[in-house]
Amino acid sequence: MTSRIIDKRHLGGNVWRIRLAAPLIARERKAGQFVILRVDPEWGERIPLTIADADEKVGTIDVIFQVAGASTESLARLESGDELADLAGPLGRPSVVTAPDDRAKNRVIIIGGGVGVAPAHSVAQAMKAAGNRVTSIIGARTAELVIMEEELRLASDELIVVTDDGSYGRNGLVTAPLGELLAADSASVREVVMFGPPMMMKFCAEATRPFGVKTTASLTAVMIDGTGMCGGCRVTVGGETKFVCVDGPEFDAHKVDFDNLIRRLSAFSKEEYHKCRSGIFG
Amino acid sequence: MTVKERLAIEPQAMPEQDPVLRARNMDEVALGYTAQAAMREAERCLNCPARPCVAGCPVKLRIPDFIAAVAKGDFAVALAIIRENSLLPAVCGRVCPQERQCQKHCTVGRLLGDVSKAVAIGRIERFVADNAVDSAEIPAVAPTGRRVAVVGTGPASITCAADCARAGHEVVMFEAFHKPGGVLVYGIPEFRLPKRIVEREIETLERMGVKIVTDFIVSRTRRLEDLRCEYDAVFIGSGAGTPKFMGIEGEDLVGVFSANEYLTRANLMKAYREEKAATPYWHGAKVAVLGGGNVAMDASRMALRLGAREVHLIYRRSEREMPARAEEIQHAKEEGVIFHMLENASRIIGDENGFVNAVECHRCELTEPDASGRRRSVPVKGSEFILPVDTVIVAIGSGQNPLITSAVPGLKVDGRGRIAVDGETMETSLPGVFAGGDIVQGAATVILAMGDGRRAAAAINSYLAGR
Repeated sequence: MTSRIIDKRHLGGNVWRIRLAAPLIARERKAGQFVILRVDPEWGERIPLTIADADEKVGTIDVIFQVAGASTESLARLESGDELADLAGPLGRPSVVTAPDDRAKNRVIIIGGGVGVAPAHSVAQAMKAAGNRVTSIIGARTAELVIMEEELRLASDELIVVTDDGSYGRNGLVTAPLGELLAADSASVREVVMFGPPMMMKFCAEATRPFGVKTTASLTAVMIDGTGMCGGCRVTVGGETKFVCVDGPEFDAHKVDFDNLIRRLSAFSKEEYHKCRSGIFG
Repeated sequence: MTVKERLAIEPQAMPEQDPVLRARNMDEVALGYTAQAAMREAERCLNCPARPCVAGCPVKLRIPDFIAAVAKGDFAVALAIIRENSLLPAVCGRVCPQERQCQKHCTVGRLLGDVSKAVAIGRIERFVADNAVDSAEIPAVAPTGRRVAVVGTGPASITCAADCARAGHEVVMFEAFHKPGGVLVYGIPEFRLPKRIVEREIETLERMGVKIVTDFIVSRTRRLEDLRCEYDAVFIGSGAGTPKFMGIEGEDLVGVFSANEYLTRANLMKAYREEKAATPYWHGAKVAVLGGGNVAMDASRMALRLGAREVHLIYRRSEREMPARAEEIQHAKEEGVIFHMLENASRIIGDENGFVNAVECHRCELTEPDASGRRRSVPVKGSEFILPVDTVIVAIGSGQNPLITSAVPGLKVDGRGRIAVDGETMETSLPGVFAGGDIVQGAATVILAMGDGRRAAAAINSYLAGR
């Protein structure tokens, strides 16, 4: 089924937000789920993107993405009124959002790195709505790449922004404020939920491990079908093979083999480079 | 013609692309009989009274009758006879394991003492399907006002949808992928089953008024319970869609693929058209394929076409136990796939970057038959050896995809995730919900799926008539 682009917005750097007409997906979607889409009807690649937001009444979903290869490049070149060849979803298991059952232990820390801020935002909203005290941390390379700051501030009780180069907010990586929060009061933290580059999540998981805090990572992986049919998105969690598309995308970060995930994500880098450089997509 | 004269006719060879050339292109290998060859092959049939071929066919095609029509040049009549029971003759003629079904007990093969000299029923069927002009108009049927939802667009679903549409019901098919056809488009390669054939069957369905919705994942885009409210009956033909891995060390290394992934990139996503397709494929030069079924043959032969210099097929039993179609084994050998029988992989080895660079294998032997009559394959101690490869494709079978079965309360499923159904009606534990094909059988064949689809449609049609 095709899907029309209702709105397109540049969020900064090479990050875009696209609003798509998708009434069925908007109705069924829960926070944390993703879609698989194709730009070109005949030759397009199937790529997964997290659903950043959905409006059931209007029948639209938002996806936020960074241009990282040939398909996202084609996607970024579409305009309002254009159509995607295919849009399928919602896929993946929804984020597990629960209310605190202990008033002393009622905080959730949400970490969004780079374009991961988009899915982080909808989970922050859901966690806050469930009665948790939400502290959110945004990490970006530079000021231009800080996205959805105001939206995330509204969805959180506290917001910390860090940039690698110090051009906005605090200078440093998300692990710094995370470490400080836990050192100050880890007993109040129910869960840390992370969205962003696997390297970031790997180091954050190590930062939370000594405190024994439940830490959830939302993983991305190379996908083809997105329905559990091919195993291309498999990741090792606690020594077991899991599929990001049907068992995830969220997993216990203390059990994820991040090194293997990072390697598997690079499987087609050479081909990707060639396709971008050869300019076959215009 | 006398029996002796018929038995003396040479079995007609199937023209095929040259193995060296075809191992580097995606075009169909078997080129099809000419009318002359088809008629000559048809003359070999004795029209024997026993008709063991019919008994051997999962959908009981009137084989000797369509063959007799071909012998007379009445190709349209032959097609009509086939279409009584089979909706996909162009597919089945190409992919059925005839040597285990219709051709296995063929009287001609028996009299000549060689099953490979049986009447080439599959090849004749394929000729009829490819060449007979489909003169039968689709008869107009009074709409019943009943609606049937069909989940999936593989062979079981295609068959069920057609039979329900023929009864006058409104049929809507829901396909998770962006292209309909199921395993016929994502699994079976172009060089074995050209996609235009599947497209033609889908077009026939659409001309019958069946609606096909793609990118629709039942139990995600919409729950099955909601479909049950909106439709009068539901058929689940969602297929066997979970890859099986060996569970050995190194299976998570870069360069290890399930056959599903490897084939889907090449078949459905046409990754081999590098200059056009956005989907990348893995450029393996030395490939190991683990398994011995049709999927393993397909993956091996696809690897050659994707540029591999060496393809090693590793199977833990002997060739006699291989479940693959005889023709596929033959074609794979001709194309240069290196067969390692009675060997198995123990672990996959990678370099410092986590990319595959070898597979450690060991030799196997078969034990005496156990209680079930099957000989088990056991490793020979101390027989380990290293095979340098950069790609490993795991083609050891598929399990049931749990997307639907895990999300529908009340849908009874067996220990292996297969939907439990009544053997006659294909009805599940949920009234008005039927199922068939691989999701019920386990990974099986197109023709068995078709048989399930027919049985289910007949039951659905009765079920709807009685309401």
